[in-house]
Amino acid sequence: MTYWSWETFMDAFPIILAGLKITLGLTVVSYALALIVGFVWLVLESTPFRPFNFIIYWIREFIRSTPPIVQIFFLYFAWPMVPYIGTSFTPFVAAMLALGIHFSTYISEVYRSGIESVDKGQWEASTALNFSTRDKWTKIVLPQALPPTIPMLGNYLIILFKEVPLAATIGVVGILSLARSYGAQTWSYIEPLTIVAILFLLLSYPSALLIRKLENKMNRRFEKKQKKVKVVE
Amino acid sequence: MEPIVQYKEIHKSFGDTHVLKGINLDIRPTEKIAIIGPSGSGKTTIIRLLMTLEEPTDGDIYVAGENLWKMEVKGKMKPANEKHLRSVRKDIGMVFQHFNLFPHKTILDNCVTPLVQVKKMKKDEAVDLSKQMLDRVGLSDKYDAYPSNLSGGQKQRVAMARALVMKPKIMLFDEVTSALDPELVGEVLEVIRDLAEHDEMAMILVTHEMDFALEIADRVLFLDGGVIAESGTADEVINKSENPRLQEFLKRFRKEEV
Repeated sequence: MTYWSWETFMDAFPIILAGLKITLGLTVVSYALALIVGFVWLVLESTPFRPFNFIIYWIREFIRSTPPIVQIFFLYFAWPMVPYIGTSFTPFVAAMLALGIHFSTYISEVYRSGIESVDKGQWEASTALNFSTRDKWTKIVLPQALPPTIPMLGNYLIILFKEVPLAATIGVVGILSLARSYGAQTWSYIEPLTIVAILFLLLSYPSALLIRKLENKMNRRFEKKQKKVKVVE
Repeated sequence: MEPIVQYKEIHKSFGDTHVLKGINLDIRPTEKIAIIGPSGSGKTTIIRLLMTLEEPTDGDIYVAGENLWKMEVKGKMKPANEKHLRSVRKDIGMVFQHFNLFPHKTILDNCVTPLVQVKKMKKDEAVDLSKQMLDRVGLSDKYDAYPSNLSGGQKQRVAMARALVMKPKIMLFDEVTSALDPELVGEVLEVIRDLAEHDEMAMILVTHEMDFALEIADRVLFLDGGVIAESGTADEVINKSENPRLQEFLKRFRKEEV
């Protein structure tokens, strides 16, 4: 076994693990940004001005159809050169903006599907009861629209997590960067990259299981309530 | 007595389909009105316009003297905004064919939420009033159940309680028994009969329950071809009208019933 050394493995492990904070941190802030911007798209696309909505739709479509790595490069290398509005970002911020905005375009579709799944009669009943527009959304529509989207939102979180290593290309020091520089210094690549894979597996797989569980729960959510009430009776 | 609702030359088109072709109608504050007519004649559209679920293509609707769909801005009549609609709509309640209960809320909360959110009532006051109303429609043992646990008839009675706690001056019933199994129709009609006998509010029923409509209505409207073709007491419309379309409609209806 000249290709695999447990010694190297044990040596590399703590070094690479130190990057997990950055990798997870970037995932969390990008995802938070995606959740917020995803909502903004929805609002911008449903203004009373049709041409404006149309333009926004195409901007979103453009962002969705270009690879995240191009967007990361653009924000990091090209954005500072854009006249008037261009500024330079740190690698972490550039990656956060690019990934957050890229994923917001998917998240916005998830929100939309959730809202469209609410029956038209729910809107009509809340109009008939004279709810304010705000209460219609917050008390009636969103509480019904959002729970079914939770599994889909969770899936995108996992996908985003697996895209975060792209940030290594502009020098964000996450687990992949650390593994690569460890390899460059020691000429052992197998162990550090295996460690990266294991870390991703350890975090992604349980999350996927959790999401599957949530999904089942969501599918059965009205059944459950039924059972609970029957017990009371 | 001043009418509580007035329709003046109301027209409504959906795309190329001209559904209502000049509806004129005055409704007195305690009047119980039944609208009958062949399907597709625009019966439901008439009350949906009043509930502000559809906007009329032309004409005016007045509720307690207030123009529903238009408001005065600097001496000019402009299309009503949401604020104006809300101020006029507060006196109108509606019960739907498909109940439209809030599935994520208990029966009790279905009634309490609008009281707290819209009427700004205190929570315990709203709970008391809601329980009272649920008792009245015979659902005192179901406060904490969710809509999905109820039969169609029970759902519809909750929907009525939910509309009634808001103390509307005008109640609209949109084919409220059409989605029910036949054996559940009776319990819903019983509640409406009770309301018709004991409550002061105006009621408009769009219904296929002909005998029931004739029994409780002060006035029956026969809608045909987008206009009110016949209007009068049940006796006048059923026994004295010579309108051939109405005769045909009634004949077909009787046949179906047998």
